[in-house]
Amino acid sequence: MALAHRSSGLLKPLSTASSSSFLHRRPYSTDDTTTITVETSVPFTGHNCETPSRSVDTNPKELMTFFTDMALMRRMEIAADSLYKSKLIRGFCHLYDGQEAVSIGMEAAITKKDCIITAYRDHCLFLGRGGTLLESFAELMGRTAGCSNGKGGSMHFYKKEACFFGGHGIVGAQVPLGCGLAFAQKYRKEGHVTFTMYGDGAANQGQLFEALNMAALWDLPAILVCENNHYGMGTAEWRAAKSPAYYKRGDYVPGLKVDGMDAFAVKQACKFAKEHVLKNGPIILEMDTYRYHGHSMSDPGSTYRTRDEISGVRQERDPIERIRKLILAHDLATEKELKDIEKQARKEVDEAIAKAKESPMPDEPELFTNVYRKGFGVESFGADRKELRTTLP
Amino acid sequence: MATIFQRIGAATSLSYSIDTKTSRRSLSERKASFVVVRSDATKINTGLNRIGGRVDHLITNAVATKADTLAASTASKPGHEVLLFEALKEGLEEEMERDARVCVMGEDVGHYGGSYKVTKGLAPKFGDLRVLDTPIAENSFTGMGIGAAMTGLRPVIEGMNMGFLLLAFNQISNNCGMLHYTSGGQFKIPVVIRGPGGVGRQLGAEHSQRLESYFQSIPGIQMVACSTPYNAKGLMKAAIRSDNPVILFEHVLLYNLKETIPDEEYVLNLEEAEMVRPGQHVTILTYSRMRYHVMQAAKTLVNKGYDPEVIDIRSLKPFDLHTIGNSVKKTHRVLIVEECMRTGGIGASLTAAINENFQDYLDAPIVCLSSQDVPTPYAGTLEEWTVVQPPQIVAAVEQLCQ
Repeated sequence: MALAHRSSGLLKPLSTASSSSFLHRRPYSTDDTTTITVETSVPFTGHNCETPSRSVDTNPKELMTFFTDMALMRRMEIAADSLYKSKLIRGFCHLYDGQEAVSIGMEAAITKKDCIITAYRDHCLFLGRGGTLLESFAELMGRTAGCSNGKGGSMHFYKKEACFFGGHGIVGAQVPLGCGLAFAQKYRKEGHVTFTMYGDGAANQGQLFEALNMAALWDLPAILVCENNHYGMGTAEWRAAKSPAYYKRGDYVPGLKVDGMDAFAVKQACKFAKEHVLKNGPIILEMDTYRYHGHSMSDPGSTYRTRDEISGVRQERDPIERIRKLILAHDLATEKELKDIEKQARKEVDEAIAKAKESPMPDEPELFTNVYRKGFGVESFGADRKELRTTLP
Repeated sequence: MATIFQRIGAATSLSYSIDTKTSRRSLSERKASFVVVRSDATKINTGLNRIGGRVDHLITNAVATKADTLAASTASKPGHEVLLFEALKEGLEEEMERDARVCVMGEDVGHYGGSYKVTKGLAPKFGDLRVLDTPIAENSFTGMGIGAAMTGLRPVIEGMNMGFLLLAFNQISNNCGMLHYTSGGQFKIPVVIRGPGGVGRQLGAEHSQRLESYFQSIPGIQMVACSTPYNAKGLMKAAIRSDNPVILFEHVLLYNLKETIPDEEYVLNLEEAEMVRPGQHVTILTYSRMRYHVMQAAKTLVNKGYDPEVIDIRSLKPFDLHTIGNSVKKTHRVLIVEECMRTGGIGASLTAAINENFQDYLDAPIVCLSSQDVPTPYAGTLEEWTVVQPPQIVAAVEQLCQ
């Protein structure tokens, strides 16, 4: 079952002794034998395919993990906001708060051998794949402890061992890459799938349809996930797309519309999609989600939408609140304990930031490393400046 | 020898200390009477020089110009103060008012006002169709602009960042550049493709690209780079009025430059270089943001007794070899300071062009300072080392003038 596959990626790398014992204090929050059945907020809408059931099975451990992990992601993004304002993070910084359920739900349904590739709103997905807070913050601040040694920045988070392929700045360019990952998986007959994520703005890119055609033609195990937060920077979806029903855009490729603010709906949809693509070829998942921040830190986010809209979504559909209500309803923890978890998240984030600040900036020679890959018996004069002449094998 | 300079350039990029021991000042051995020490870097009238007055070499044949001044600074004239993005907007707005065929298309140019506010206020004024918010589909809307131009419209296509125009390269190269030729002159493509490029403040590798080096080979297009509010407005207007496709390179870090520009209408020459600071010892050719690094270095150089002539080449394709040539004939030494990468950048082409045409007038090989051949790193310190910094320029001039 998918539940058994789930590795609790987030807590292990970050946990100090205190946090793991913190969770062990409550015996039934690590209980993964009791089944709790949760209904998704809205039924799924399908295009050319049958929809999965609205009832999702879960257990107390998963619910608590969802809450803890999402609280951590939320806290990380908010901390990144204030770091940006104090000019420790520069350039472009695209925040994911509001959309955490997509990452969490997806991770709950898949393994670390399944690939994920996304665009520039990648901090939380990186965390979901097992990245640490230290690596994230160090990368955001341009330090050597970062996941790309400080050379990539906010839009270039990668984690090869966890099959997280980034982290891409150009809108839509990651979709053909994702279909390539799926192609390799099919080539190697591994039985894994690729989740290629993009936004509603990228849904209008031509390369997406080219990639989709090829994926469908060759039955690649590619799941195209459109994280529809309804705004492509400043342009609302109805102003950029004739048909904002992105799950139907595939025409001959089946699609599923999912409430992206409901982690369980996402989990169910991803589980369903994974089974589907391994047999039938690509599928499109449209996650109906929302971002509270603007497109990036240089966008206030309020010139093209009202503050009422933002606070309305926060009140009605916030993913963390939904899990909080479920936990309280099933009496898995008290209000105070949940608040303590959030405080703990805050503490971990603050510690990670402090540690990241201690990490040094990259040295001068780092400018020239990793431009090329050495080997093949050839040493040539490249940007590395270490070699002066060419010696062929 | 040029390679040695380049390697030295690389070495000094790695450390900020300038080795003054090796730079010998032998100015007195050179052409004698032009050693002048100045205490500031303001516009200096050198008056008489061997090849004729500075004023004479202006070419005005390419594009019809009005009130074309040769001085960059117009601070003495009355006018109004604007920021560079406002100057671009003024130029665009005036052209849109003047000619109903001029329209704008790009991502978030309309209701959002443009990601760098260049088109702010235009959509409410001219309507949604004339200031068109496109979906994120660069290849297609560039193609659409070119198609509209084929039938007589004059679109101004904005790439939110020049790097995104890589997706539109096919349209720019094959359709924009070549259609006038392949159709035997039937179609003209009066588009303006504009957008910010260059290395900003830690924007990451993909958003810090210098597209001028990729576009420079495309036949049939013109490329210009603006660097001050004055030339931004003038070049924008000239580009829109030109019947040829023009790519206008703006720079992400220059949008907030302030300058007083004339109230009256003016259009600049698209193919002309701008004399920023006349001088006698060395010709420094630069464009866009590097102009400011050069001027900063020029202050130091003047204090050290050098008299650099700084030219903002502005026109990246074609080069204004007339202005450049006259300068080379005067100073006999050339330093090119650019933001493109060492391999295949504008500097590389300019070096080749000058060597080909003015070989006899050069006393020393041309030195070209460019960015390193690496993707622009995110880390602030590494990013600084990628780009040419003023101390390197000073060191290069000192080496060149030995």
